[in-house]
Amino acid sequence: MNADVLEIKTEQLLKTKKRSQLFDVWLRLKKSKAAIAGLLLIGIFIFMAILAPVLVSYEDDALKMNVRVRLQTPGSDHWFGTDELGRDIFARIVYGTRISLFVGIISVSIALTLGGTLGAIAGYYGGKIDNIIMRFLDVLLAVPAVLLAITIVAALGASMLNLMIAVGVSNIPGFARVVRAAVLSVKDQEFIEAAKAIGAKDHTIILRHVLPNSMAPIIVFATLKVATAIMATASLSFLGLGIQPPTPEWGSMLAGGRSYIRDHMYIVLYPGMAIVLTVLSLNLIGDGLRDALDPKLK
Amino acid sequence: MYHFLIKFIAVIKYEQIGGTVLKYIIRRLLLLLPVMLGVIFLVFFIISLTPGNVASMILGDGATDERIVELREEMGLNDPLIIQYGRYMGSLLRGDMGVSYADGRSVAGEIGQRFPNTFKLTITAIILSVLISIPIGVISATKQYSIFDNLGMILALIGISMPSFWIGLILIIAFSLNLGWFPSGGMSGVMSLILPAFTLAIASTASITRTTRSSMLEVIRQDYINTAKAKGVSKNKVITKHALRNALIPAITVIGLEFGVLLGGAVLTETVFSWPGIGRLMVQSIQRKDTPMVLGCIIVFTLSFSIVNLLIDILYAYLDPRIKENYK
Repeated sequence: MNADVLEIKTEQLLKTKKRSQLFDVWLRLKKSKAAIAGLLLIGIFIFMAILAPVLVSYEDDALKMNVRVRLQTPGSDHWFGTDELGRDIFARIVYGTRISLFVGIISVSIALTLGGTLGAIAGYYGGKIDNIIMRFLDVLLAVPAVLLAITIVAALGASMLNLMIAVGVSNIPGFARVVRAAVLSVKDQEFIEAAKAIGAKDHTIILRHVLPNSMAPIIVFATLKVATAIMATASLSFLGLGIQPPTPEWGSMLAGGRSYIRDHMYIVLYPGMAIVLTVLSLNLIGDGLRDALDPKLK
Repeated sequence: MYHFLIKFIAVIKYEQIGGTVLKYIIRRLLLLLPVMLGVIFLVFFIISLTPGNVASMILGDGATDERIVELREEMGLNDPLIIQYGRYMGSLLRGDMGVSYADGRSVAGEIGQRFPNTFKLTITAIILSVLISIPIGVISATKQYSIFDNLGMILALIGISMPSFWIGLILIIAFSLNLGWFPSGGMSGVMSLILPAFTLAIASTASITRTTRSSMLEVIRQDYINTAKAKGVSKNKVITKHALRNALIPAITVIGLEFGVLLGGAVLTETVFSWPGIGRLMVQSIQRKDTPMVLGCIIVFTLSFSIVNLLIDILYAYLDPRIKENYK
């Protein structure tokens, strides 16, 4: 049997194993009421993000200022009331969902790609390379994540792209550590040795054999980190260092409504609730996934 | 033989005065140095990416091009970054962090004046968190799946999902604007500390509770706990003396990590409550593009975080003899 055939066969074997594993995970996840609640909740937000243009009009409801209807209390015309410039708060929250989910997912992807690559290299090669990468990460880890993100945005300037870079970079060390640990846990197993023996290249081994088999902790970590990233996005925007007005973003909505809380608390109530519910749903899913993927931990 | 004996006694004495712990502390301190140098370089590098001409900003609109070029030369802004970094480190070691671009005040002086306020806020918050979270975590673990446990865990999960600046706003609406119990901002005595400290404490309380519970759950399933129970040790004593001590080790690590989160949260909490600490100073300095001040704030934040983690590691080595063992 030549090497190619062997590799294809191993591949098929791994695939069938993976699929049944995935099904097992779903069966376990389904048992957790909390995780299902989280999935439903995030489902509603994703639905809102996708159907935003059907639900409300971006130009007329979320952006256009209308001083005559400013600071209206919640009612049938404006479900969540209107803000200090007469814009519909519900419409702004709906469009804010798009931004929060987008920025959250993209910045975690940046962190996962960069941090994951560093972690995989460090874990796979070990020795000197591992040492150099880990010392570099120690430096990044020494700065609290939110402060690192604030510093990066402060230097680059406030914009959506810079915000995603800042939140992404501040999450690199976390992902590198998780991926490194995951790689270390499978690196010495027999199927990796088998792949090496048939002459597979290092990057093939890492991408096709090591990573797919060490996905569980990475998926859990990524889910929880999307939650943190959404929180960081709102925090930076609240400080005026993230998404800039008039773009509807939950954090900057809170910053804008701050001066009116004495008589119009709904201005800060609903955007805050949106943040809490999104972050909560992701935390519920993350916790559920952790239990489902690693039954030992329960 | 005689020499051997002396050496033997010396070794024992060295061990008795906590030589391994001392060695451990020194090692950790030595490890901290390159990290701090690296951090300051990293932050210095990031800040240097700031677009815009500092010299023309300082001189204002009416400045001539000549004067701008002159000032850039004076400030050494034309030198390579590594030279600028070396110069900054040189003055930093003498306690000089430069002067503010905005008003010419000494950065170190301004930070020194505000640091105690941030310290007061974060220390109160961490003490509050520990006092609330450890008992709740322990009770939740000993009564797993009870109403108390379920409710506690739901609240903890909501706690880690709430942004601190929003909690701050809600607390201001409830306790300051409506009930009038506390001032809504500023720093004026103990009353003004309560709302910001609570705001800052909520997220850490939630995550320390979760960690205490899960490590407690792990510990109470160990054999030695069963042994202690079998010996007839009372239930309370098993929990407090045998289980908690071991369960605290992961909790303490989380307390150290949470301190970093607290420092980040301080930036937001101080902004919401107009608290005159370095978090608010940093945000104001960013808005004024006052780079030396921003740099100073972030260095002080990072240094505090590193020192706290060092203290936590030392505490850790005292609590868990296995860690000391690694450094023998």
